[in-house]
Amino acid sequence: MLEAGPGRRHLPGGVMTLTAEPATETPPRARRPRRARVPAPLLLIGPSLVFMTALFAWPTIVGVGQAVTGDDGPTLAYLRRMFDDPYFWPAVRYTLLLIVVLIPLQFTFAIAMALLLRERPRFAGFHFYVWVIPLAISDLAAGLVWLSVFTDRGYLNSVLDHLGLDGYAWLSFQHKPTIFLAVVVAELWRATSLVFVIVVAGMQNIPKDYDEAAAVFGATYWQRLRHVILPQLRPSIQVAMILRTILALQTFAVAQALAGRDFPVLVGETYQWYSSLQNPHVAAAIALVVLLVSLATSIAYLRLLRVPAGEEAR
Amino acid sequence: MSARRRRRAVLLQAACVAVTLFMGVPLYLVTLAALSSRESLNRFPLPLLPTDVSTETLRTFLSSTGIVGSFLNSLTVGLSTVVLALLVGVPAGYALSRYTFRGRGPYQLFLLLTRALPIVVLSVPLAQVFLSAGLYDTTYAVTLLHTALALPTTVLITAAIFLSVPRDHEEAAVIFGATPLQAFLRIVLPQALPGIAAAAMFAFVMSWNEVLGAAVLTLNQRTLPAQVLSTLGDSPLAFRFAGGFALVLPALLFIAVMRKYLLNMWGTTLR
Repeated sequence: MLEAGPGRRHLPGGVMTLTAEPATETPPRARRPRRARVPAPLLLIGPSLVFMTALFAWPTIVGVGQAVTGDDGPTLAYLRRMFDDPYFWPAVRYTLLLIVVLIPLQFTFAIAMALLLRERPRFAGFHFYVWVIPLAISDLAAGLVWLSVFTDRGYLNSVLDHLGLDGYAWLSFQHKPTIFLAVVVAELWRATSLVFVIVVAGMQNIPKDYDEAAAVFGATYWQRLRHVILPQLRPSIQVAMILRTILALQTFAVAQALAGRDFPVLVGETYQWYSSLQNPHVAAAIALVVLLVSLATSIAYLRLLRVPAGEEAR
Repeated sequence: MSARRRRRAVLLQAACVAVTLFMGVPLYLVTLAALSSRESLNRFPLPLLPTDVSTETLRTFLSSTGIVGSFLNSLTVGLSTVVLALLVGVPAGYALSRYTFRGRGPYQLFLLLTRALPIVVLSVPLAQVFLSAGLYDTTYAVTLLHTALALPTTVLITAAIFLSVPRDHEEAAVIFGATPLQAFLRIVLPQALPGIAAAAMFAFVMSWNEVLGAAVLTLNQRTLPAQVLSTLGDSPLAFRFAGGFALVLPALLFIAVMRKYLLNMWGTTLR
């Protein structure tokens, strides 16, 4: 959407500098001659470019250095230590398992929510407000919210007790499946709104005509969904999917709040190595694993979900 | 036919109410927990209705060591992040919306890439960089990290906003003798202000919610989430519920204010 439209005109350069003059005139004597030669757009994006290079590119390079160099030169010791750590492979497993289970659930849920809202239910405004609240809730807060539900003497067991059923230690380290369940529910609660908002926005761009035409020709709701609505949502879904997968890879505080290290995830391990075990080298090595996995997933998604050229210029 | 339609309408309502309950009930519960006395939190089963509302749990939370300080730190970092992100991001957004320049494509790609970079990858090395720069364990360090995280989105949001401000007004002002800067300040900025406010709130909420980076970059100058996280292991449940409530509260206000901007802004720009 930021692409220049065909009707976009090119303003004379220097339009934003204080000394700018109409480009046709010859520049008046040496009034800040050096300034005038830098094109305005460069002046405008320059600071952000410098800022982001300093805070994105540079740390990434430092991080690679931290992971593979020790006090005396290059070493693979930290990588080996990471691989040998008993928490590392479970962390990899749980992180990937979480993504594989969470993402399909989340997208089904979000699309269903968007379709519900599309039918213009009563109190749609109120429903929308409640459905997007988690958008502004941090993962730590979400973990604590669901802790009040799932903890031993929490609200879920209280409700079970009111119903005359026995409670269950949902978050006990002996019950890994229910810990996993709790983390999935908490993440579903917290992060579905993001997908929902992107899908709703994408839906607003779909002209209603197609859908109405299909209905006139007797297509059932499911046929319209399958052949008219979902295909047009594809660009939005693709973007949301990349974004959500990368964010899901970074799941951390939810798991931390609910289960501590009983449910190890990759970013949680980085935090452990950094703050409890005081070893920034291994922490940086795990961070690099996260980086590599997220790069790989983005590339895989872009390949798999590639929109045929011309369908959407971006 | 009409019976079927009515049944569909009822089902639709029921489904919407079910989703609203799933989203809303946990918020109600954590509020309930935070507003219960410690004594009633120790009871089992927990009361599900606000039978004895008390501020005891919240007061204990607020008076524990580091909470007020970290609250102020969160505020400082959040506001500084907003100012810095706007100072650096608004000009870039303006450039993206008004000029076609060489390197525009790569610049946009760079923005997208930075957004795909996990925070964890930045935090640990940045801790080392800030240590050697003498910035470690200051609110400046956290501000810099948060600005970097908020910047790509700020640029994209502001670019979308400036696109929606008609260019004719600006050109007219210039024709009538305003300098481009005057035209920007007097004509474009007022029209873009609501959108810029939205971008500012986005940056603030991002900063308010960010946990990992703040926890890695500080020891004593914690922000509120970092403080809650670092004491998580050895704090009583009541403290954690109160912490969760304190972190959730701004989100409710934020979404209430931002509701009408959400779709235009986040829905289409977040991608």
